[in-house]
Amino acid sequence: MSTVSTSSAADDQLRPPVPPSSVTLRINGEDRTLHIAPWTTLLDALREYAGLTGTKKGCDHGQCGSCTVLVDGKRINSCLTLAALQEGSDITTIEGLGQEGQLHPLQQAFLDHDAFQCGYCTPGQICSAQGLINEGKARTEDEIRELMSGNICRCGAYVGILNAVKEVVDAQQASRR
Amino acid sequence: MNPFTLNRPETVDAAVRSVTGYLRPAFIAGGTNILDLMKENVEHPTHLIGLNKLPLNTIEATADGGLRLGATATNADTAWHPEVQQRYPLLSQAILAGASPQLRNMATNGGNLMQRTRCYYFYDTATPCNKREPGSGCGAIGGFNRIHAILGASKHCIATHPSDMCIALAALEAVVHVKSKDGERQIKFEDFHRLPDDQPERDNTLEPGELITAIELPAKGFAEHFSYLKLRDRQSYAFALVSVAAALELNGNTITDARLALGGVAHKPWRDKKAEALLIGQPATEATFRQAAEAVMKDAVGQGLNDFKIELGKRAIVRALKQATAGEHKAADIFTNSNP
Repeated sequence: MSTVSTSSAADDQLRPPVPPSSVTLRINGEDRTLHIAPWTTLLDALREYAGLTGTKKGCDHGQCGSCTVLVDGKRINSCLTLAALQEGSDITTIEGLGQEGQLHPLQQAFLDHDAFQCGYCTPGQICSAQGLINEGKARTEDEIRELMSGNICRCGAYVGILNAVKEVVDAQQASRR
Repeated sequence: MNPFTLNRPETVDAAVRSVTGYLRPAFIAGGTNILDLMKENVEHPTHLIGLNKLPLNTIEATADGGLRLGATATNADTAWHPEVQQRYPLLSQAILAGASPQLRNMATNGGNLMQRTRCYYFYDTATPCNKREPGSGCGAIGGFNRIHAILGASKHCIATHPSDMCIALAALEAVVHVKSKDGERQIKFEDFHRLPDDQPERDNTLEPGELITAIELPAKGFAEHFSYLKLRDRQSYAFALVSVAAALELNGNTITDARLALGGVAHKPWRDKKAEALLIGQPATEATFRQAAEAVMKDAVGQGLNDFKIELGKRAIVRALKQATAGEHKAADIFTNSNP
């Protein structure tokens, strides 16, 4: 059975019969008990079972970064981990970064700097940028470029993405002084 | 992905006992390679043993002045660890030259050793591959082999080992600690990975059921004179075409100790002790480095599309040894790594 196909003909196979197992995930500060099979990735658990479709499925192979979420404050590719392995972790998705009517500073910066075209990679870019800020290793533009290289933007909005991330990194730096 | 069962033991003893009774049990830590291979139907374990609850994620000093890297410590936590940055900057740079920040946050030290080749034919189940399906042939020989091996390959397999971290570990003479339900043992790094010979399905010398528990670094870290030079098709987030881990000890301009290991060129991290011997006792000059480079590539064989790696490898060795001599990188600095 191939899981690479995403055609509608394969939809029946995408959800095999679920064995009687449940996983409790702490997502955006809320405990969610999901009835899922052991082979469900964290990405599929978020999108298909928790109803949080902000996290995007791009390549599903850890190559594009569009599925980036934060686990215990660290950015990871949610397509390359099993939901069952994240029980007990604190998961933050794009839905947990901003609030209704109150954008996260990175979200506002992405708007201000026109840091996207189609927007599909944007939730992953923003979660990754928050991870970068948490890590505290990148200061200069070159450093931000290097440590954002796990997020691909097919539209090529990299200049705007860099400027948006740099603005928030700089602001954080200034506020720490 | 095929259906499987999963358990998450909390002790190493429980983990190594968990393999019993399953057709194809497999350990999973960060999961970044095995889950990908499962999605591609290359790996199809019937039972996964999750390792991320095991108490193996520490990094601590050893009694004899070395450093013990826990098997489930992440690549990121290892690369940015102060002891690793200060005493083993070659290792730090090599880790940070690989993958992406997200992947380094997931991938573990033990998993890095266990990752499998990125040969296109290994991944593509529609093509022959002796590593994936022994006896089916090798699609890369006579096929698209630009990324393939030039050293130590066999007529059965010309795949390369994809790791950056392991190239530094080879140069640093790390020791791999493993455990199974039958006992424990230590494996010298040079004996951990293997050449393909007529059994390319075996990447390493682990026996079924053996679990990596730690990777131990000896006291000598070559923190003054080192270089990890990685050459690839793009500057970040790409596998090495050729990489060189070079480490020197100098007395004035005389080389008193040398380590040289290459990535992207063979089925295993390619350390060359004969070339190292040519360096030791010699002046640290370009002529000396060139001699060592020629020695490393003496038996290199191109496959057609990867012929360029032989000259590229020689030049990379010379440049890495020059960088190591200059000693410009005192601490881990991913932002200068591999820049010409």
